[in-house]
Amino acid sequence: MTALLSVLLVWYLLGGLLPLCTTRPHLQNLFAHGCAAAAGVVGIVLGVAGLLSTAPLTLSLASNIPHLTFAIRLDPLAAFFVLTISLVGVAASIYASGYVEEFSGRVSVGLLGSLLNGFLLSMTLVVLADNGFFFLILWEVMSLLSYVLVVTEHEKPGVREAGLFYLIMTHVGTAFIILTLLIFSQETGSFSFEAFRHPDQQLPEGLRSIAFFTALIGFGAKAGIVPLHVWLPYAHPAAPSHISALMSGVMIKTAIYGLIRVYFDFMGGVFPWWWGFTLLVAGTVSALLGVMYALMEHDLKGLLAFHSVENIGIILLGIGAGMIFHTYGLHELAALGLLAGLYHTINHAAFKALLFLGAGALQFSTHTRHIEEYGGLLRRMPWTGAFFLIGAVSIAALPPTNGFVSEWLVFQSLFLSFQLPTLFLKLMLPIAAAMLALTGALALACFAKAFGMSFLAQPRSAHARHATEVPWSMRVGMGFLAGLCIVLGLAPMLVVPLLDRVTAPLTGAAISSQVLALDGWVVAPVTVEFSSISTPVLAMLLVGAGALGLLIARLCGKGLRARYYKTWGCGLNLTPRMEYTATGFAQPIKQVFETIYQPTVKLEQEFLEQSKYFIKHQRFESHIEPVFEKYLYWPVVTLLLATADRLRIIQAGSLHLYLTYIFVTLVLLLLWAG
Amino acid sequence: MQSIIHIVLVVVQLALLLTLSPFVVGLIRKVKARLQCRRGASLFQPYADLAKLFRKQPVISSTTSWIFTAAPYIVFASTVAAGLLMPVFVSHTPLNFAGNIIALVYLLALGTFFLILAGLDAGSAFGGMGSSREAIVATLAEPAMMLSILSIALTAGSTNLSTIVHQSALMEGVVVAPPAHLMALAALFIVTLAETGRVPVDNPATHLELTMIHEAMLLEYSGRYLALMEWAAGIKLLVFMTLIVNVFAPWGIATSLAPSAIAVGLLVYLGKVAALALVIGVIESMFAKLRLFRVPEMLGAAFILSLLALVFFYTLKG
Repeated sequence: MTALLSVLLVWYLLGGLLPLCTTRPHLQNLFAHGCAAAAGVVGIVLGVAGLLSTAPLTLSLASNIPHLTFAIRLDPLAAFFVLTISLVGVAASIYASGYVEEFSGRVSVGLLGSLLNGFLLSMTLVVLADNGFFFLILWEVMSLLSYVLVVTEHEKPGVREAGLFYLIMTHVGTAFIILTLLIFSQETGSFSFEAFRHPDQQLPEGLRSIAFFTALIGFGAKAGIVPLHVWLPYAHPAAPSHISALMSGVMIKTAIYGLIRVYFDFMGGVFPWWWGFTLLVAGTVSALLGVMYALMEHDLKGLLAFHSVENIGIILLGIGAGMIFHTYGLHELAALGLLAGLYHTINHAAFKALLFLGAGALQFSTHTRHIEEYGGLLRRMPWTGAFFLIGAVSIAALPPTNGFVSEWLVFQSLFLSFQLPTLFLKLMLPIAAAMLALTGALALACFAKAFGMSFLAQPRSAHARHATEVPWSMRVGMGFLAGLCIVLGLAPMLVVPLLDRVTAPLTGAAISSQVLALDGWVVAPVTVEFSSISTPVLAMLLVGAGALGLLIARLCGKGLRARYYKTWGCGLNLTPRMEYTATGFAQPIKQVFETIYQPTVKLEQEFLEQSKYFIKHQRFESHIEPVFEKYLYWPVVTLLLATADRLRIIQAGSLHLYLTYIFVTLVLLLLWAG
Repeated sequence: MQSIIHIVLVVVQLALLLTLSPFVVGLIRKVKARLQCRRGASLFQPYADLAKLFRKQPVISSTTSWIFTAAPYIVFASTVAAGLLMPVFVSHTPLNFAGNIIALVYLLALGTFFLILAGLDAGSAFGGMGSSREAIVATLAEPAMMLSILSIALTAGSTNLSTIVHQSALMEGVVVAPPAHLMALAALFIVTLAETGRVPVDNPATHLELTMIHEAMLLEYSGRYLALMEWAAGIKLLVFMTLIVNVFAPWGIATSLAPSAIAVGLLVYLGKVAALALVIGVIESMFAKLRLFRVPEMLGAAFILSLLALVFFYTLKG
């Protein structure tokens, strides 16, 4: 495995350096994306090998800086995330080799490709790092590289602001992560993760709770947990689409990795029930608000970004339920909850990356991201459409796709709450399940909107009318992920044993044999009596019933060929302007959930002078209130700016004054030291 | 031998779902007609309608994509597949292992998803309106459905439908927490009315553009495609009705594979479905269709009822 790891490093480094050594764009393209794809393939092998190996692989390289060692540890948890990152990395790299055409002449393809390799490498190493300092350096490299990639098209309006917002949010998060690691190092006297997880060096009670919150805020800012999610809908649409796919599909997952690492590994899985409950609440709120805001978003990539908030919420529901069960010693159920969360992690990586790549393909062909300007694209881009549909069905958790399997497992772990001892939790977990059901239904509505408005009916703009299918490399990238969605859905018997190797050491219960019954054909939450599903059988049933319908239609219809005629338009010729819009589609939902959206409507009408019943001109505007930005972020920003203004008094611009400051500081320091 | 019996059971269940569903639709129509002092069409009219539609040449809108022609098959397949997962007249259904109640709900959601897409595909404002309304109704029905199911599942200690029905059949309907079950029943009944497009949520008989939901999505369909969609809607109605009668009134269902038990189970099942169809017909005649933005209140009430069912289950059980 050491050899595999070295090969992986070499490929990424080559991919980072070679494109900068040549000026010919197609060579740069080949080097950058070829190396990244090759490294990704090695990463997939490494991840699977790491999951299957019995002992974790550890490597360490000392440095001259105190506390910093370049320590690497490939345990099952890290291996799972390496696998996830590499799977999406391969698809994104192949896709990018065609997609970067979009940027040719504007942005250096070589630099973009080189940064892509660096970004992938930093994410891979973040989950492998086994030293606090090393981890923070890599975390920072990952954040900065993703920032640079977000602002690739900095000449476009809004992109720099989005990048800056992301940069600030991610650093707020980093500050809290530093705080978490400092708490641990304060107690253990070391920055090595090995010392953190040592059972003899557990933190005292109060500090543990502080570390819980700092870790939640720190990683939550990266993951996009509500209310720290505000940067996602700005940064993800601004980035090039393969970068959005990586950021949304895998980068935010490194935060999930961090949370599991801290709570289950460093803290040894010892925590009070309200930790898990806090995650459960955060998960429910994120899932629900994420999908609700997604429904009102008509920038396709912004919509997908909000869905990342939703899916992070679903992952947290699984992990939170797992933590609650763990507190009460229900280790098998704890393993189930954690397994459900991790299953959803890899599933979300697959379908969200696929959808972002699909959105990129639409942008590539139509040069717009606005859903209202799409329409009729399925006939013009049949491959992209089919792949996007697979992604949409998966994210809406419809059987027999992968999203269904993991969401089903999350449901089961919430339903099994009747085994908990307190009535409060017995009631709260099913309510979370009901909210998850609402989330799932809203996600269905949202992707019916996204797919229906983009791909069906007539084109709503000239952009959409002249769209053509994207190059084959982009289709291969999307096809790979679409295939992955189907495999992850139909073959849980391949996935669950691997995930079990991650959760078993963390929760102390191996449940693979219980989750998989009947040679892996059936998935059950620990007990088959409670419930079970079998996606392969469901798929066969669907195909069989569909074939039956086809047969009946054939037998009765006597081979009558369909006639094609225009849609009924009440006697008028049907134009795209008569179609339902995405805004119109989501309008009832906006009205029903008014309290959450706080919509504002502005209507300006100008009437004819002769009569107020004839409108000469009118203008309609409708917005939804960005509640978190308005009530949470703006007050903080305003306060900061006001404080900074006040503090300008000490910055008077006089050299004598500054020398006095230095002198006073020096005296104070000497006094303190003495 | 065992597997042959299982295959036979699945085939019989499939045949029953396919053949009984138009009859139920016809029965509800008949009840409504009688209550309106009309003689009404024959009970078998829906069969004739389906046969006619299957034989007619379909007209497809020229602006549509393959989704439009594929959707009827997907909607049909998902509804039939959902129907095969639940016990109908034998409490132990062979395909029970393939999916529990959540899988059934999500299979129906798969159909809803493609129905919404089909409504959008023709590009007419009517289809879009129907799709948009279907989306909000389906969305709001989901949480109530999930919670009411859970409170039933808790009594049986399982979310597998066969186990739930089998357990409550063995207990001869003696439920652990009756108030909980009654509330869950009320919630699930409201959800049924909403999900299957009945009055007061939707009117299956209307073609007035301002009121229709399900019919609006099907407006551009004709011939065999319309037949499949109508048939699927009938099967969906039967699936929900079967769910209600078997979960809340499992008396008489065959708990073993003895021929006499199966015969009794079949007859009792037909009787129960007919009785429920009568109830639905009466309710449809008694109520006016609600304004669309009143529907959330009704479904919200269903959600509260199912939540109370859960609270009652835990508190009454001690």
